[in-house]
Amino acid sequence: MKAAVVIFPGSNRERDVCLALKRASAHEPLRVWHGDAELPAVDLIVLPGGFAYGDYLRCGAMAAHSPIMREVKARAAAGVPVLGICNGFQVLTEAGMLPGALLPNRSLKFICRDVHLRVENSQTIFTSGYEAGQTIRVPTAHGEGNYTADPETLDRLEGEGRVAFRYCRADGALDDEANVNGSARAIAGVFNESRTVLGLMPHPENATDPLLGNTDGQGFFSGLVAALQ
Amino acid sequence: MKARVHIFLKPGVLDPQGKAIGNALASLGFSGVGEVRQGKLVELDLAESDAARARERVEAMCRQLLANPVIEDYAIEIA
Repeated sequence: MKAAVVIFPGSNRERDVCLALKRASAHEPLRVWHGDAELPAVDLIVLPGGFAYGDYLRCGAMAAHSPIMREVKARAAAGVPVLGICNGFQVLTEAGMLPGALLPNRSLKFICRDVHLRVENSQTIFTSGYEAGQTIRVPTAHGEGNYTADPETLDRLEGEGRVAFRYCRADGALDDEANVNGSARAIAGVFNESRTVLGLMPHPENATDPLLGNTDGQGFFSGLVAALQ
Repeated sequence: MKARVHIFLKPGVLDPQGKAIGNALASLGFSGVGEVRQGKLVELDLAESDAARARERVEAMCRQLLANPVIEDYAIEIA
């Protein structure tokens, strides 16, 4: 499986996601600079976490109009899977590739800690390594992860099985305290209509190395690699 | 020709920064302040002398980049 990881000025988790992908696929992902207009043929495109363009104007707004994004949109339209993690999720919403937007966290604080996520739909290339309803623990690190969309859009996302993950308690139950950033309906990640584009705020790539004491994110990448091979 | 674009969160969209500012004003003793909403102001210097055309261009800029229509409204002033 060949993956490309897009690097914007200010990206800072590209190395982490490259390591996670390499661990799962035994292939080193390509790193593509945001100013490139061309993208090699790949099976997966990843927009990593970080602070592209210093979050100027709005998180992800400048990156969404980078030269490479025209090509990313064209590939996504042709069915190539695109994964946006954290800042990558913000870029995907700003680029109009996913519905909704990410607002500042309800607490106004940058949240850097492990969270529990409930897998809402396992019938996708991104989540096939998990069972629906399974709870995983992964790190999160963001100041603007408060997902919002109008009620009709939220209803549609839920009705169509396009909610990928929700913030939950360790036992999988939803409550307000577990919804760390105040996201609408505790949504931590959403799919596009064809489930080939996923954006999520937490970082499964940072829970793939046994040395770090938590490998709950391994299923994310092993499932994805298996689905794309 | 100059344009000023006021960008603000749509009514009903949570504005934690506005809320924090409101709390700070209250703690400074400014009473009687209701809801506080924080927005942005973008000033543009345009090579354009026709006000209608300038407005049209700034509208397009707002739709494509300056505002996020999911969460923000905008108002354009041409001077």
